Amino acid sequence: MALYHNEDQAMLADTARQFMGEEGTIGKQLRHWRDKQCKDGFGHALWKQFAELGFTGILVSEADGGLGMGHVEAGIVLEEIGRNLTPSPFLTSSVMAATALGGGNDELRGRYLPGLLAGDSVFAVAVDEGPKHRPERIATRAERAGNGFKLTGSKAFVVHGGSADMLVVAARTAGADDDQDGITLFAVPKDAAGLSQDAVRLVDSSMATYVKLDGVQVDADAVIGEVDAGRELLTRVLNAGRVGAAAESVGVAGGAFDMTTTYLKQRKQFGQLIGEFQALQHRASHLYSELEIARAAVIKAQQLLDAGSDKAELMVSVAKAKAGKAASLAVKEGVQMHGGIGMTDEYDIGLYMKRDRALAEFMGDMYYHAERVAQLSGY
Amino acid sequence: MSDLEAFRGEIRAWLEENCPPEMREPVRSDDDICWGGRKFQFKNEAQKLWMERCAAKGYTVPDWPKAYGGAGMNAAEAKIWREEMNRIGARPPLSSFGIWMLGPALLKFGTEEQKVHYLGQIARGEIRWCQGYSEPGSGSDLVSLQTFGEDKGDHWVVNGQKIWTSYANKADWIFCLVRTDKTNKYQGISFLLFDMESPGVSTKPILLISGNSPFCETFFDNVKVPKHQIVGDLNRGWDVAKYLLGHEREMISGAGGNDRLNTIGAFAKRNGLEDPLLRAELAMFDVDALAFSAMGEKFLDEIKVGKAHPAQPNMMKYAGTELNKRRHELLMATGGSAALEWDSEASGGGSKARTWLRTKANSIEGGTSEVMLNVISKRILDLPGA
Ligand SMILES: Cc1cc2nc3c(=O)[nH]c(=O)nc-3n(C[C@H](O)[C@H](O)[C@H](O)COP(=O)(O)OP(=O)(O)OC[C@H]3O[C@@H](n4cnc5c(N)ncnc54)[C@H](O)[C@@H]3O)c2cc1C
Repeated sequence: MALYHNEDQAMLADTARQFMGEEGTIGKQLRHWRDKQCKDGFGHALWKQFAELGFTGILVSEADGGLGMGHVEAGIVLEEIGRNLTPSPFLTSSVMAATALGGGNDELRGRYLPGLLAGDSVFAVAVDEGPKHRPERIATRAERAGNGFKLTGSKAFVVHGGSADMLVVAARTAGADDDQDGITLFAVPKDAAGLSQDAVRLVDSSMATYVKLDGVQVDADAVIGEVDAGRELLTRVLNAGRVGAAAESVGVAGGAFDMTTTYLKQRKQFGQLIGEFQALQHRASHLYSELEIARAAVIKAQQLLDAGSDKAELMVSVAKAKAGKAASLAVKEGVQMHGGIGMTDEYDIGLYMKRDRALAEFMGDMYYHAERVAQLSGY
Repeated sequence: MSDLEAFRGEIRAWLEENCPPEMREPVRSDDDICWGGRKFQFKNEAQKLWMERCAAKGYTVPDWPKAYGGAGMNAAEAKIWREEMNRIGARPPLSSFGIWMLGPALLKFGTEEQKVHYLGQIARGEIRWCQGYSEPGSGSDLVSLQTFGEDKGDHWVVNGQKIWTSYANKADWIFCLVRTDKTNKYQGISFLLFDMESPGVSTKPILLISGNSPFCETFFDNVKVPKHQIVGDLNRGWDVAKYLLGHEREMISGAGGNDRLNTIGAFAKRNGLEDPLLRAELAMFDVDALAFSAMGEKFLDEIKVGKAHPAQPNMMKYAGTELNKRRHELLMATGGSAALEWDSEASGGGSKARTWLRTKANSIEGGTSEVMLNVISKRILDLPGA
């Protein structure tokens, strides 16, 4: 398969770019909700529009009423989300939770997918338990109780947890904290007794929660997939989130880069445009190549995931690490090359820096993924 | 089964049958490379056999037309060919400036006669070419070159000097930039081809820091070049030269390389990898190397269908060569004191150290990294005054 968008994908990209360029802008979304101190951190009206365009069901199978597309297509939407810094529950709901639910039974999919497709529901995924992404170690327990399970433990960095109608929770039904096996995924409704959430606003104005599970009782039908054998499904969910976050990072980087090169062509000092200085030209050109390479790594990982290749795992980590590295460079160079104005809240470049930082942590930073690359390569 | 899958099956079976086991070993030093040409000494029977078998099928230049010695593969087929070669770690049957540089330029600018004649020779490994671009006063600022060809009716008489001419002493023919109009800087250069055995051509090897001398000073003293040996129009050689540089840069970038050879962490582990910080550096390197492999694949896919930016080879050259220098820095660090050995048998004649030193040229030859960044600034980013 060629490593560029086919015709249908290019059309989707045009649609997404145009729509997000009009409706998802920093002024209409990010700043609007931020300045209102919105407790969701995103707009439900835009989420409804995502549904009308079919975006909410990109990864939902056609049999379940979705578009049955893949990670390349989800990534197209995410890149535009990134470019416009659009706050949206798309990644947690339509990419990660949808992937989890795809591994669930008919009843579970029937319960949750229609709300997602309609843009009425929002989902979150609760995996991390500390400030760093360490999904190999899961201490949250689920013990059999009555007709179902009782969940006890705590989760951190649950993005959109406070707005979510349902949380996908990874818990341990067997074994020790560090065991591969013994993981089960649960669909926990937001109003389950014993579930409490502490909401925090993050540096990029997005909302996340710390989740406490204090003997949360769920029925057996809350189990997504198989009891004790949820690691594989969890990995699929994580990989979907990782490659999705990488695509969003590429969008963030692209947005910051475009702003910066535009500025280089406008701002004058010493009687000339600052873009005429070779010192800045070379840094901009270096950044350009890093971005191109990150973009290539991301589409390669998306295609491998969609093809079910056994090389996907490695490439997903490469993509997340590389996109994180490139985007971090893009926002840092962006702020520096804007000079003083880059430090002001009024100017948008700083917003890119904040979003990049949050995305870098989400689903594992470049150090975590470089470590995985080493392990998967046998060293 | 799709046509392409059937094609893959055919290629795989042919390679299984025809690629000698010795040719599936990684290339360790320059003399493992098959350069072809009148003076070339094959290292062993397997190397010769491998080149000849491929040449007979057009596989030395798989995507050139059959009429010119290629196999006429389209973009998708050529990609499968590369993937199947990489799968078994097969060495390229033939490497040459003819394949990487002159061939693409002739395919675009050559006359039908020139294509049949020169491309066929290249594909069969009969003639080895060298590149006469740089001069002592004209490196990055190549267009200032002075070597002059005086018009003598049916031929030119060429006088001047080239430098850094790789393998000039081993090559059979040269493609050479010669000024044919002193009054016009860009439109006063012609692209000439001539035999290195022509009277008046002499070469003097230059010793590199690697201790090898793969390149030369090349002198032209009243060299006669017949008029039909020009590629493209008179005084329009700069167009040919630039087009060729695109291909040269693509080649030096290493696009289409083999992941197994490009990543180094697993390889380093075999030497024992006890330093956690070095291991971390290797992991960060492998992230970049695997990402760059994807970039190489994407670039080759896009260039075939005209989707790549025309100046993209400059980006590929910049990123690929900087990466390769980093690779060899890390290989030296992994090798420790053993990698310092210069001529011992155990070190393969100092191959680690010499290769490390050789890679420093990657970001100089074919246009320096700084020049690549200048070109990206100007042609891709459209920055002012670039
Ligand atoms: C191993 C090797 C093989 C080679 N093979 C061949 C060959 O086969 N045929 C051939 O014709 N040539 C060959 N070359 C020559 C090569 O193309 C030149 O060395 C190269 O173009 C640089 O020119 P220079 O050496 O004169 O350096 P210079 O142009 O003098 O550069 C010196 C330094 O100044 C920097 N610089 C120059 N101009 C600028 C600018 N505008 N902005 C910023 N920085 C600048 C350069 O980047 C470099 O760092 C080879 C070189 C090497 C090392």
